[in-house]
Amino acid sequence: MIKKYRFNKEHLVRAILTVFALSSLLFLFLIFIFILFEGLPLFLKIGLNKIILGFKWAPTKDSFGIFPMVVSSFLVTFGALVIGAPLGLSCAIYLSEYSGKKTKMFLKPALELLAGIPSVVYGFLGVIYIVPLVRNYLGGSGFSLLSTSIVLGVMILPTIISISFDAIVSVPKTYREGSFAMGATKWQTIYKVIIPSAKSGILASFILGMGRAIGETMAVIMIAGNALKIPTSILDPLRTLTGNIALELAYATGDHRLSLFSTGVVLLVIIMILNYIANFGIKRKVLK
Amino acid sequence: MEIKIQIEKLKISFGNIEVLKGVSINVYKNRITGFMGPAGSGKSTLISAVNRMIDYEENVKIEGKIYIDDIDVINDDIEGVSLRRQIGTVFAVPIPLPRSVYDNIAYGPRLKGITEKSKLDIIVEDSLKKAFLWGEMKDRLNISALKLSGGQQQRLCLARSLALKPEIILLDEPCSGLDPISTAKIEDALSGLKNEYTIILVSNNTKQIARISDYSAFFYMGEMIEYGTTEKIFTNPSEKRTEDYLSGKFG
Amino acid sequence: MRVNPRFIDKIVKLGLNAQAFFTVGILIVIVATICFKGFPYINFEFVFSSPEDMGRRGGIFPSIIGTILLVMLSILLATPLGVGTAIYLTEYTKESRFTKIIRFGVESLAGIPSILYGLFGFIFFVIKLKMGWSLLAGVLTITIMILPTIIRTSEEAIKSVPRNLRLVSYSLSATKWETVTKVVIPSAAPGILTGVMLSIGRAVGETAAVIFTMGSSLRFPASLMDSGRTMAVHFYILAREGISMEKAYATSLILVLSILLVNIIAYYIMNRVISKYS
Repeated sequence: MIKKYRFNKEHLVRAILTVFALSSLLFLFLIFIFILFEGLPLFLKIGLNKIILGFKWAPTKDSFGIFPMVVSSFLVTFGALVIGAPLGLSCAIYLSEYSGKKTKMFLKPALELLAGIPSVVYGFLGVIYIVPLVRNYLGGSGFSLLSTSIVLGVMILPTIISISFDAIVSVPKTYREGSFAMGATKWQTIYKVIIPSAKSGILASFILGMGRAIGETMAVIMIAGNALKIPTSILDPLRTLTGNIALELAYATGDHRLSLFSTGVVLLVIIMILNYIANFGIKRKVLK
Repeated sequence: MEIKIQIEKLKISFGNIEVLKGVSINVYKNRITGFMGPAGSGKSTLISAVNRMIDYEENVKIEGKIYIDDIDVINDDIEGVSLRRQIGTVFAVPIPLPRSVYDNIAYGPRLKGITEKSKLDIIVEDSLKKAFLWGEMKDRLNISALKLSGGQQQRLCLARSLALKPEIILLDEPCSGLDPISTAKIEDALSGLKNEYTIILVSNNTKQIARISDYSAFFYMGEMIEYGTTEKIFTNPSEKRTEDYLSGKFG
Repeated sequence: MRVNPRFIDKIVKLGLNAQAFFTVGILIVIVATICFKGFPYINFEFVFSSPEDMGRRGGIFPSIIGTILLVMLSILLATPLGVGTAIYLTEYTKESRFTKIIRFGVESLAGIPSILYGLFGFIFFVIKLKMGWSLLAGVLTITIMILPTIIRTSEEAIKSVPRNLRLVSYSLSATKWETVTKVVIPSAAPGILTGVMLSIGRAVGETAAVIFTMGSSLRFPASLMDSGRTMAVHFYILAREGISMEKAYATSLILVLSILLVNIIAYYIMNRVISKYS
């Protein structure tokens, strides 16, 4: 005869796993709440304009202008993209279209390792190699927009390569075959067919690379020179939003500390916008 | 004769597509009942409702009743897992779990809480013997089940479902991918099992149904066209469509 | 005059080759520099003794222990949480608005830069929860930071387990949880492990999120409430404050070697899985 058994443990497991899944949301919520909670009061007290558009950063004397840092953050990010995007895209094309199986077996782990090297090590080697190079051949102190862009450009390579590689690989084979059948050369096929089809994925890789560059901290502190003004040439030193937080957080108190959280709020907003564009504006299109 | 499974006006649809259009049928205890019909006739869906594996499909709507003994497994408060403790299932493709032959067979009993090695040994041996696999496997119980041939894998799957000590065994085209020799071995095993188990054999192979089942039902386009003893269905079908199907005019 | 497209093709191929090997060249330069400059200063004493005079002399043993403690404890917390979330998303729900929100949360966490994790850990764990600069604050911050990586890699690994195996398990009267623990997780284990390894690598090299939560005390962290200094933080301080280039190189070598080791293990596991399923 058929009997009825009960499995009550299942409900408990489901409940626990639901809590686990919700924990990520909780953490995100906490991060937002606590950074906003600390960072917003100063915006209300001093004024949004005076902080975001203010030029003078003297937090112990009630000047909290971070405009130069906002500009600097975007400058290094743009610089990193100028260096990292073409190089990264070329590597992705090479990996998917040109490299043999053996080269791939060697290149892919090399790229993963490149992604795994800590940012402090990148910063250190930037100081050893790039900074003197810039100083000796181009002038200035070497701690500059240019040096920072170069190092960040290299640091975002793995992100750009792996995501654009995925986008290029997912272009259907028939597109390629069709193009070859029409008599196109390999490069014509890549240029006219593959890159346009993989466009949104490649764009997503650039934007995620930007996200990584704008959020990078330790390497930037070591190379950027951290000067408090808007750089007027690529050889000028600069201070980014991230650098500002990391340089002063350890000893800041009172409004000074709050102002670093305000800097964090600005950074958080920029990052969320970039992520949103990359994940939900572009990636989704790729998947469809 | 005792009825084991009584299906009443069973309607099943996936989304807007109705795959079973009100089927009623009685399956007798300790007999082999063959469900045959062309692809899309609803016969596989029917058995997936009996063991409630259909719960793992999406957008399913079920109406009607399936009584097993006194319990309506569709409407009564019984969990699918509980039901499958007592119903063995063999799929069309042999799907061994990626572990040893022994552990494949012990999978079900262990879920039931049997952990004693000596008890498991007996169950494993017994199940393998019933599936006509003991001779080939007795010295190879610890090799990976993935290393067996297709026919051996399918008999392993049969042994694995027997290890649950079920009352009912459902087989969904168990020989569709097998060679004639392996098929014959499975059929021999099934014929030997019917004294202890109520067996439903879904197959598109009418000759197989004719060879081993006691009762046969013909399904077409979600309806049960005809049901009776195998002898009656195969020698003197009352429906034209059954006759056409059995003579190979479609299917 | 029109340039022959075949000629362009050759030039492009050459150019792409050069760029790919330039990228590898960067990696080689990084690894070679650290190896050559760091190797002469590495010895038994450096690995197994405490630093003296801010790290100018002596070794980095407390930092090694600090790193291991931080990473291991974070992994111990993040792995069940991350794998549990992945299981929930893949096995226990259908795609819905709710799972979309959770996925959005995970993606967002993944995009937050480490300095903001540092900022959050500092205000929440160190200040508001009064943990002070401590191993505990560091562990909790790093746990949240590596969580998205573990969730995403586990989810990929779990999704790649064939549906048939699950159905067989259910047909043999396994409950969902029994199926998850006995069939799904064992089959997905190598993929999950790869994610864990990548997270270890990330945690070992992390500086910004660690320095403001775990602090930078040079002593052994004897309890969860003690501050400590990881290798990455130690290296950062040595290099940035110009305390000792020799020790900086030596520390960076150990740091990079340990990340290399973790990467190799991850790669080995991944390859074994690929060869198993193809």
